[in-house]
Formats: sequence, C-alpha cells, structure tokens
Amino acid sequence: MLVSHNITFRVGNKVLISEISASFAPGGLHLLVGPNGAGKSTLVKVLARLLRPQTGTVEYEGTDVSGASEAELAKRRAVLSQAIEIAFPLTVREVVMMGRYPHFSGRPGPTDERIVDEVMQHFDVTEFEHRYYQTLSGGERQRVNFARVLAQLWDDGSVASCRYLFLDEPLTFLDIRHQIDFMKRIRSFTAAGNVVTVGVVHDLNLAARFADQILMLNGGRIVANGTPAEVLTTERISQVFGVQPTMVQTHDSGLHLIFN
Amino acid sequence: MTTQHGRRQLLLIALVAVTLLVLIASIRYGAIDFSIAEISHALASLFPGRPEPTLDQRIFLELRFPRAILCLLVGASLGVGGTLMQALFRNPIVEPGLVGTSSGAAFGSALFFVLGGVFHIGASLWSLPIAACAGGIISTYLVFLLARSREDRRASIVMLLLTGLAVNALFMSAIGFLSYIARDPQARSITFWSLGTLSGASWKAVEIVALTTILGSIVALRYAKQLNALMIGEEEATYLGVNVNRLKWIILSVNVVIVAVATAFTGVISFVGLVVPHILRMLGGADNRFLIVGSALTGATLLTLADLIARLSVRPAELPIGIVTSAVGVPVFIFLLRRRQYVF
Repeated sequence: MLVSHNITFRVGNKVLISEISASFAPGGLHLLVGPNGAGKSTLVKVLARLLRPQTGTVEYEGTDVSGASEAELAKRRAVLSQAIEIAFPLTVREVVMMGRYPHFSGRPGPTDERIVDEVMQHFDVTEFEHRYYQTLSGGERQRVNFARVLAQLWDDGSVASCRYLFLDEPLTFLDIRHQIDFMKRIRSFTAAGNVVTVGVVHDLNLAARFADQILMLNGGRIVANGTPAEVLTTERISQVFGVQPTMVQTHDSGLHLIFN
Repeated sequence: MTTQHGRRQLLLIALVAVTLLVLIASIRYGAIDFSIAEISHALASLFPGRPEPTLDQRIFLELRFPRAILCLLVGASLGVGGTLMQALFRNPIVEPGLVGTSSGAAFGSALFFVLGGVFHIGASLWSLPIAACAGGIISTYLVFLLARSREDRRASIVMLLLTGLAVNALFMSAIGFLSYIARDPQARSITFWSLGTLSGASWKAVEIVALTTILGSIVALRYAKQLNALMIGEEEATYLGVNVNRLKWIILSVNVVIVAVATAFTGVISFVGLVVPHILRMLGGADNRFLIVGSALTGATLLTLADLIARLSVRPAELPIGIVTSAVGVPVFIFLLRRRQYVF
C-alpha cells in the first residue's frame, strides 16, 4: 500500500502540488490525468521520492520513505520514464542488466543473469541483446527500458514486501499499437504480483480503458479520485481541460471519449 | 554478456602485454641506449653484495628507470581521469584539462616555484604536490561555480567547456606572469611545466604519484557500477539506487587529486585523457569497470610512446611531452568532433 499524507511541493514560491492525500492499493493500476502543468509528473516524482515534499509524508507499507537510503529504496521501487538518450555505446543486455544493479554488488550473479534473460524474452528484445541501444528505434528502446525496469522489480524471492512501479509519461513518443501493448503489459504485471503502479498518462481514452483508479489533478490539487466512470464525466472534463467531450459506450472496452 | 565479458578480458590482457613491451622500449632507448644485458646488470647491482653500479648503470637507475615508471603512472592517471570526467558529465568530449584542473595545478606549482624561491619555504616532499592539488581544486571549483546556471544550479556541458576555456586562459596568463617575474632557473621550470615534461622524474615522484594513482583508481573502480547507471541519466541513476550528489563529489575529488598530483610532477599534458577512453569504447564498449582498468593501461602506453617520441626525435636533447601529445591529440579530437554529431 502506498499512501500520501497532505503533501505539498514548491519550487521557490511556486506551488506545484498542494495538499495531496491519496492511497494506492497493490494490484491496481492508478493513473494520474490532468492538463499540462497540473502537477502530475511532480506528484509521481514525489511518490517515487526523487523529490522531497516541503510538507506531508509518503509512506510505503506504513513507513515514511523520507529516511530510506537510495540503495534500499531501489530494491523495491522503479520508475519508467520518457525516452532515454545514452551518449555511450551500451548493449541492450547491459542496459537491461542495470535493472539488477540494486540487487548485486560487484558482478551479476546467476539469478541476475536469469532474470535478465526472462525479461528480455518477455519484451521480445532477446534478438537484439548484443546490439547497441543507440541503434534501436523509439519503440524498441522503450521496450528495452521497460525490460530494465521490470528486471529491477522482478520477484526473485528475496523481497517479500510490496513493490512500487511508477510511470512518468513513458508512452509519450510511442505509436498507438505500442501504447496499448505497453498498457496491457503494465496491467498484467501489476495484477500478477504484490505491486502498486502509479502513472501519468496523457490520453484520456487510454486511462479510461486501463485504469482501476483515476486521480484527476488541476492546478496542483486533486479534483476527482475514483473509477474511470466516476472521474471522467462530461462536465468535469470540460471544466478541467476546457474541451467538450462526447461519451461513447462501446460493448468491448468500455468508455470512449470523442472531443469536438 | 559472456562473449563481451570474455572479449574485454582478452583486451585487458593484450593491453598489459603492450604496456610491458612499451615499457621495455622506454627504458632501453633515449639519449643513451641500454642493452637488455646492461639493464639486468644495473638492476642486479641493487641487491646487496653486488659491486657498486657504474656511471651508466647509475644513469639508468636514477634517471631512465624512474622516468619510465613515472611516465606509466602519469599516463594511467590521465587516462583514468578522462574516463571519470566523461562518465560524470555523460559526454564523450570532456577531459580533465577542459574543466581547468591541470592549468590550475600548473599554476599552483608555478606559484610554489616562485614563492618557494622568494620565501625559502621548506621544500619538503609533499609541498609541491599539495600546492598543485590546491591549484587544481581551486580552478576546477571556479569553473563549476561560474558555469552553473542561475535557474537550476546545474552546469551544462557547453557552459563548462566555455568557462573552462576562459579559466584555463586566466591561469595560463597567471603562469605567464609568474614566469615573467621569476628568476631564470624558476622561469625555465615554469615554461617546461606549462608544456609538460618528464625530465624531472625521480623515485620520490614515482612514490607519490604511484600512491595517488593506485588509490584513486581503486576508489574509482568501486564506483564504476554507479557511473554506469549514470550513463542513462541522473534521475534514472537515482531510481537505480545511486546517491548522485555523493557520487559526483567523490568522482570529482578522485579526478582532481590524481590529475593534480600527476600534473605537479610533469606539468600540463593534454589530450591523453580525452583520447584514451574513446579508443577503449571503440574496442570494448562503455562499461566503466572495463574502461577504468583499460584506460589506466592505455594511458600508460600512449604517454610512454609520446615520451619516446619526445626523447628520440631531437636526441640527445628532448621535446616537452605536451607538444607531442597535443600534436597527435588535436587532430584526433577534431576527427572525433566531426565524426559524431554531438548536440550541445
């Protein structure tokens, strides 16, 4: 369980998020939506403890994370970000192996090698494990990064407690097929284990289709928190985003939004 | 991984062999050439109960041999320093000299020469390296302070390079001033220093540089994995459990100490730290565990080759080694800049 108590984060005098209290249960996919500048990315970074809030606390399993060491935290918390550029020649396998860095010192052990094999298989990147990361396309790169992040959180039997996966707009530069494919994989990974997943997604239709819980932010505050059907109402979307949606109910994948 | 790992180990073994070969060439050839037999006699004379060394043997033992070893160590320092700075800045065109460390160190030692002459400061074993280190630390810090942006307090690469250029020019002009006011022997040492030379090698210098080079490389190796994580970005490294601020300070300190101490004994030797990591990345990829060990060996080899050229090209006189490394390094640097489209 991930809980935030009344967190406020400022840069200088500018308040980016304000008095956010929310809880996120394991097994569910929790997505943050909101217009640009709403504080989604800041909130994800505060929850992942990259940023430390001026007031309020973030708790993993009831324990305040502000005192945890980076190394300790990295064993159970991972973040998938936007496109990552690497200036040096690293092979796909080396990048994926970085996900195991928090779990070994010195050289990777047999467990680490096995997990890297498994996640590369899972994301269909095994065929180019010896290619350099720079030579891959955007979609391929993001598959590699996803494999790396899951290698970090992979259940190797040593971490019994809950694990935390954060998504900081990882779908930004991907085409629609990859977006849907990634969301499916994220949902199945979250549902399979003791994992809390919190992410930022721009596309409201993707959020509607895949989220178990949606948190809508505007101006650094929570304006709605609940299931997609509860949060994504016509009035609220037109109020927060300033565009008028039309709701279409489809029989296969739920709610669809069309913007006029 | 296994194939790449094996390939890297082979490369490192080959590098050790090449380093040894170059070392043998370096102790054999110079103003005077020594045969292998003379070298072994000279080395044998060190053991108790042997006859006193002859003049030639003493030249070998007290000049040639420490010079060759110092050259290996300084080359190794510059190679490791270059690898560390490139990893830290996540940019392949940074070298220790570009951020002011070596010109500051040269200034520190020039100041020591001049003031030491004026005030008769006790020339203890450690005072010269300490002066150089202080100069290196001050100039590096100055570059970082001036290059840092007002908004997010981070130093962008282009700002670092340009500020480094300016600070280097400032320290070089200060060195010029010192050599202008200095008396003749001091002025001559200063000139040689700003061009780099190994002619002042002694076993004392070898001891000190060996200490900092070996300790610095060991510390750097311990942080190689964290430097790898840094290659995918500062935020990403944090997510992988790296305390990025702490890492930055440790790596910068290691770099300043090894480069400043090496510079203290040899003066400014440019481009070795830039070129060495590139060669290794082309051969064996970017894993810093491999790069740190490999750049120590490659740096040692390259600087020894440069020293051979410096000694043999105008013998029995010799060129400052910085002239050789710059003459070879500048075209390589320009080639690298043009070949890869770096985005600043």
